[in-house]
Formats: sequence, structure tokens, C-alpha cells
Amino acid sequence: MTQQIIFYLLAIAITAFSILAVISKRIVRSATYLLFVLLATAGLYMLLGYYFLFAVQVSVYAGGIMVLFIMAIFLTHKPGKDIRTKKGWRIHASLLLSVAGLLLSGYIILNNAIGIVQFIDKEELTMQQIGTAMLGTGKQQYLLSFEMMSILLLACIVGAILIARKTKNDKNESNETEL
Amino acid sequence: MGELLIDNAGAPVPILAYQLVSLIIFFAGIYGFFTRRNLMMMLISVELILNAADINFAVFNRYLYPGEMDGMFFALFTIAIAACETAVAIAIIINVYRNFGNAEVDNLKNMKG
Amino acid sequence: MGYTLIILLLPLVSFALLGLSGNRLSYKKSGVIGTASLLIVALLSFYAAGEYFVTQKAGAVFQTLVPLNVLWLNMGANLHIDMGILLDPISVMMLVVISTVSLMVHIYSLGYMKGEKGFQRYYAFLSLFTFSMLGLVLSTNIFQMYIFWELVGVSSYLLIGFYYTKPTAVAAAKKAFIVTRFADMFFLIGILVLSYYTQTFDFGTLTSGNSAVFQQAISTQFMGASALAWAMALIFVGGAGKSAMFPLHIWLPDAMEGPTPVSALIHAATMVVAGVYLVARLFPVYVLFTPEVLQGIAYVGAFTSMFAALIAIVQTDIKRVLAFSTISQIGFMMVALGVSKLEGHEGLGYMASMFHLFTHAMFKALLFLGAGSVIHAVHSNEMENMGGLRKQMPVTHLTFLIACLAIAGIPPFSGFFSKDEILSATYQHNTGLGVWMTLVAGLTAFYMFRLYFSIFWGKEKQHAHPPHESPKSMTFPLIFLAIPTLLGGFVPFGQFVTADRAPYTIHMEWLVAGISVVVALGGILIARKLYQHPEKPTMVPSGLKGFHNAASHRFYIDEIYLFITKKILFNGVSRAFAWFDRHVVDGFINGLATTTDWFSVRIRGFQSGEIQWYAWVFLFGSLLITALILFF
Repeated sequence: MTQQIIFYLLAIAITAFSILAVISKRIVRSATYLLFVLLATAGLYMLLGYYFLFAVQVSVYAGGIMVLFIMAIFLTHKPGKDIRTKKGWRIHASLLLSVAGLLLSGYIILNNAIGIVQFIDKEELTMQQIGTAMLGTGKQQYLLSFEMMSILLLACIVGAILIARKTKNDKNESNETEL
Repeated sequence: MGELLIDNAGAPVPILAYQLVSLIIFFAGIYGFFTRRNLMMMLISVELILNAADINFAVFNRYLYPGEMDGMFFALFTIAIAACETAVAIAIIINVYRNFGNAEVDNLKNMKG
Repeated sequence: MGYTLIILLLPLVSFALLGLSGNRLSYKKSGVIGTASLLIVALLSFYAAGEYFVTQKAGAVFQTLVPLNVLWLNMGANLHIDMGILLDPISVMMLVVISTVSLMVHIYSLGYMKGEKGFQRYYAFLSLFTFSMLGLVLSTNIFQMYIFWELVGVSSYLLIGFYYTKPTAVAAAKKAFIVTRFADMFFLIGILVLSYYTQTFDFGTLTSGNSAVFQQAISTQFMGASALAWAMALIFVGGAGKSAMFPLHIWLPDAMEGPTPVSALIHAATMVVAGVYLVARLFPVYVLFTPEVLQGIAYVGAFTSMFAALIAIVQTDIKRVLAFSTISQIGFMMVALGVSKLEGHEGLGYMASMFHLFTHAMFKALLFLGAGSVIHAVHSNEMENMGGLRKQMPVTHLTFLIACLAIAGIPPFSGFFSKDEILSATYQHNTGLGVWMTLVAGLTAFYMFRLYFSIFWGKEKQHAHPPHESPKSMTFPLIFLAIPTLLGGFVPFGQFVTADRAPYTIHMEWLVAGISVVVALGGILIARKLYQHPEKPTMVPSGLKGFHNAASHRFYIDEIYLFITKKILFNGVSRAFAWFDRHVVDGFINGLATTTDWFSVRIRGFQSGEIQWYAWVFLFGSLLITALILFF
């Protein structure tokens, strides 16, 4: 029962903050609401018994990525300025489509979710289990994905540097626009 | 409907509840992606969508295949991918800002026919 | 005798070389390359002929030799197309004729075409033509022959239209191509019918005289004749197109728009006798199984030769006179083939035809080259601009006279012997036909000497540049060709080329020879009386005025063709097709285009370049599809 109460608190928080995140006029507020959503999601992982995932969600997502966001927002926005949205008809169309999608997906879930409600056990995954699975090469072990991910990260680092790097020419021009 | 959301007998929280939460995050993200002009805001929306996917991975793993860890690992990897994607996207956004003086998607219309 | 492959391929190599290098080669180099390769071809051909006629005689009969035969296309169990080289008396004889005349024309063109734009192209085309013609005569089967037949047509088209900036040349090239192509269509149908019933393309099988091969073709009847007769008649139509037999002769006079050496090579000596060669090649089939078609060939030939001779009398363009004379002489060859039988003395006509083909190639090439030399000097084709040239151009005059005497049939020039054999064969077959052909021979003498006297005698005309003898490169071929024209008659031709391949000693038929010489001399004397002093107004007897008019309009054959094509075909038949094409076919396509345009104008808005809009549409579509799958 406690779990259910915690879950519904988290669920309400997630719903509210995610909607706020997308309708807020200030970008810093949006980012903050996103942070709340991510943290609440971490709480859901905790409820499910995935403590490692909880830790990663908090440290990488809510920690690392959010810091990136905030820095980027500082770099590209003048503080206190409202964010412009699309024209009215586009907002209505988007709202319509989102609600329609929500209803359709909800319908599908409702029709198919009955019967698969059992939560079989929640024994804690040990770090040893996780480590073995991540660095093993057997069935349901993920060394290949892990290595792929490391390559992807490397590629991302290189790509991000390459894209964001200033060329010599626009150093002079962009001095005034840069912070 | 009620017994689906609050189950007193067995499992603490039914799967459907988790899914509805993830659904709401997902479509909130979609809505934000469609309506915002600002690239940072669009990126935030994309993060919401990815987050919704993560929740689904974890939930399905826990409820349907509790003995295995695939879903959890996919959620882990998705977080890593989200980090990559954010890094690159932010690099691009900074470049856009540098070239156009603001970070709005309306600048990027090269695909116009 | 595998080296005969080199004879065939060398001109192709030279064509590729000249054609691909284009203007990068200098005038001199391209001329030398073309001529040198032809020189090698000619020498090899002479050697091959010598070797063939000396060694390939087994038991008094010349053997057919196939040094090369490669399977090219397999078309089922029995039917296959080969590519190969066939050597037998007529193909070896043609080899000599083609390479000799072609070599002379190559040398002559060095002088005649000097300074012309597109000199390299000209030599490339000449090489292509030589290749195709050699391929035609060396073919081992009728399909290979058809391929080269078409190649010959193409190169003829290219060479007639060589001066492509001149509208008349372009029109003439098109006319030649369309008319011969029209005839070739019948040729192809003939080939298909023949091969359908006999299951073979191979000349060896077809001409073996084995009636089992034709069993089915003979027994199948179609519209009152056997399938074989139809096939052979259709094949002859193809030959008639290339050889300018009536009524498909209309392209040849116009083909004179091409450079004169080309006329000498293609439209006098080699290509136009392809039809004769074709009939000779399939002669055993004609004579053994379809004598009625052969009879028809004889009458077509006889009519054409008289018809062309009559027109030749009144033409004023010297090249056209020669063109009609060519048609007439080919008629002679056709008649000779038509009246021939297969064996011994009966087969005289075949031998005579081939003999005449040989001598005619030499003297007609000489005549054309001589005419070219004259044209080169006076810059005109018209007789009225010529006269008294015998003093300025002694070499041309002398060689031209020799050729005229040869074609008129005056002994001891080569034409006398071959024509005499033809007349003998004709009399042997049918006296009426003999008399008819003797008359044509007389007309030949008359119009040739009309030409001769008009050019070289009479009052000298005023010219911008005084006429002078042509350069050595042009007079050498004249002198060279004058030799076979003078002496060719003494070649014991019957020893080499006969219908049954067995040597045959020619007997002079003194009576026939005497009559033809008298008639020829008569023609010459009349021509001399009328035209030696052409400053006197040419008298046309009043009774012949109508005839004169009709003949100078070539008996209105071109007009009839134009009437049929323009009035009947274009207006009647084509108009309906054109309407259908314009409104239904084009309408459909245009409708498609308009619809596409209409849609694209409306769809264009979707391509806004806004990524969010794209995403919106994408999601909309996904949801739609999901809903469709879910609810329907």
C-alpha cells in the first residue's frame, strides 16, 4: 500500500511536470521541470527495484545531461526572455494529434494490459550480476553493446567538438554575439 | 478499471499504471516537439520522449521477464544514447545560434521544396 | 586460307582507327592509313584468288572452302546463325573486284577529295563500306549476309550524304536508305520464310541441290505458289532494291549527289551488284526449285535495262547518264542469270553474268572516275558546260574512250566479250529476248558515245579556270583500270566461274557477235553524227518529242512514287494514325503530365522545410495506419 501511495505521488508529479515542461514560457523553468520529471522517473526505477538504473538516471540524466542543458541555455538565451511558440493553428493541430495519439495508445494498452499484472519478485540485482552481464559475451550478456556504446560516445565527443568548434574566420565576427 | 490501477491482492502497482505514466510523458514530449520554435525546447521534449521509452523498458522487464535483465540494460544504453544525442544536438544548436543570432528552428529551412 | 580473315578485318580496323581519331589525324595521315590498309587487302585478295583457283580444284570442280565458321547465335535445336568466311569461285572473284576498285577509289580520292572538309570521315566511311561489302560476299549464311547487307546500306547512306550541308545530298541519302530499306524488309521476310521451312541459313546446305531440304517449303502452298517460290521471290526483291531494278531504281540516280569516287565504288562497281551476287549465290535454289521466279528475274532485268537505257539517252547530267547506264548493265546481268540453266553449255548465262559483273565493275569504275576527273576540271556536272576537253585532258580522254568502247561492246575490249556471252545466252533461251537485249546494247553504245562526244568533242566552252589534266593520284587509277578494261576480255573466265563449277570453254557465237558489233557501231555512228558537233542545235525528231519529254522526266516514276506516298499514304492512311497519335496517345501522356503538375502544385506546400511539420505528418500517418489496422 505504501508503494502504491508513493507511486501515485510520483505519477502525479511526472504528469504535472512533464506537461508544465512543454507549456512553460520560460526556458529555464522548462529545464527545471524536466529535471523534476527525470528525478521522479528515477523514483519509479527505485520502486521497480532497479537501484543501479536509479543511480544512473540520477547521475547521468539528472546530473550530467541537465548540466549540459543549463549551460547550453545560458549560452544561447538572454535571461528572462519569453520563448516564442508556433502559430495558433499549429498548436491546435499538435494538441489534437497528441491527444488522439494518447487516446489511441491508451486504448491499445487498456485492451492488452489485462492479465499481465503480476509483479513476480523484487529481489535486488547485485552489482556483481550487473557487472557480469554487462561485460560477458554469453547469452543475455552485453559486452558487444557496451563496446558499441563506448565507440558511440567517442564518436559523439569527436562530432560535438567538430561541430561546435569555431573556425578561425568566424572568431572575429562572432565576438559580440558570443558571451 | 479500478482494480487495474489499484491492486490490493498481489502486485504492489499494476503494469497499466506505469504505462499510462509513460504514455503521458511521451505525448507531452510530442506536443512540445511540435509546438516549440526554440531548439533547446525541442531538445527538452525529445528528452521527455526518450525518458518515456526508458520507463517502458524497465517496466516490461520487471513485470514480464523478471528473471532477465535485457530491459534494464536497454534503459541504461538508452540513457547513454540520450547523453550522446544531447551533446551533439547542443553542439549543433550552438552553431545555429552563432550563425543566426538565435536558436530557433525557423532558421533551418533548407529542406524546403 | 585463314588469312582471308585479315582481308575482312583490316578495313574494319582502319575504320575504327580513322573514325575514332577524327580530326586529330592530319589529312595526309588518314588518307595514307586508309589507302595502305586497302593496299594490303588488295594484295591479299589477289594472292587468295591465285591460291584458290590453283589449289582448290578437285576433280575438275572447284570446291567450296570454309576457312572459318563460328557459332554466333543459337536459336533452338536446328536453327543457328554462324559467322564465317566462305570461299568459292564467285566470292573470290568478288573479293578481287571489290578490293581492286576500292583501292583505286582510295588512291583517286587522295587527289579528288583534297582539301575537302571531313576528309578523315570520308576515309573512315570508305573503310567501313569496304568492310561491309567484303563481309557480304564472304558470308557463309544468308543471315550473316543480311547483316552485312544492311551495313552496306548504312555506309552507302553515310557516303551519299557526305556533303551533309547540301539539302539535295541529304534528301538523296534518305531516299537511297528508305528505298533500299523498304526492299530489305521483303528480303528479311524472305529469309524468315525460307529458314522457317528449311531450318537452315547455311548457303552450303541451301545450294547443295538436295531436294529434301526444301521438301516442306515446296509442298506448302500459299496464294497459288509454293512457300519456297514466295521466299525466293521476296529475297529477289531485296536484291532488286540494292541493285536498282525497276521499280526500285529511283534511288540510284539521286545517289549521284555523293562524291564521284563514291559513286564509282558503291553505285557502279560493288554495292549495286550485290543483288546480282545474291541471285548468283542462291542460283541452284532458283534454277532447280523455282524456275518460275528465275524467269521473272529475267523479265525484270530485261525491262529494266531497256527502260534505263531509254532514260540515259536524254539525261544531261553526266553522272546521271552513267547511273542509268549502270542500272541498264545490271539489267543485263540479271537477264543472263535469269535465262541460265545449271549445267555445261546451258549454264552459259550464269558465267556470262559473272563475267559481265567483273568487266562492268572495271570499266564502269573507270567511267565514273573519268567523269569525276572531268567534273574536277570544269566544276560542273552538266554536259552543256563541257566540250572539246580532249586536248586539255589527254589521259582522261583516252581512258574514257577505252571504257566507252568497252561498254559499247566493241572488240577487243572487255565489255565485248562479256556482253556477247550474255547475248548468246539470251538467244539460246529465247530469240525475242535476244533481239530485245541486242537493241538495248545498241542504245548503250548510242548514249555512251553521246556522252563521250559531248564531253570531249565540239566547241570549247568558257571556264573560270581553264580545264587542265588531273593530278597523278587521279590519273593513275584511270590508267590502272584501263588495263583490265582493255585486256579483261581475254581472261578465260569460263575456266574459273561457272554455274556448276566445272570449267567451261567459251565459244564465240560469231553470228551473235557480228550482229551486236554492227548494232553497237551503228549506235556509235548515230551518236557521232548527232553530237560530234554539238554546237548545232540538237535535233529531236518531232515524232519523238513526247518520248523525249517523258524520258527526261524519267518516265514520271518518281512522281508516281510521290503521289503514292504523299497523297495516298500520308493523306489517307497516316492522317488517321496521326490523329490517333496526337489526340489519344499524346493526350493520355499530356493528361498524365497535367495531372502530375496539378497535384504537385498542391502537394508542394507540404514540403515547407519545417522539420516539425514533417514530424507532425509522420505521426499523423502512423496513427492513421495504426487506427486502420486496429479498427478495420
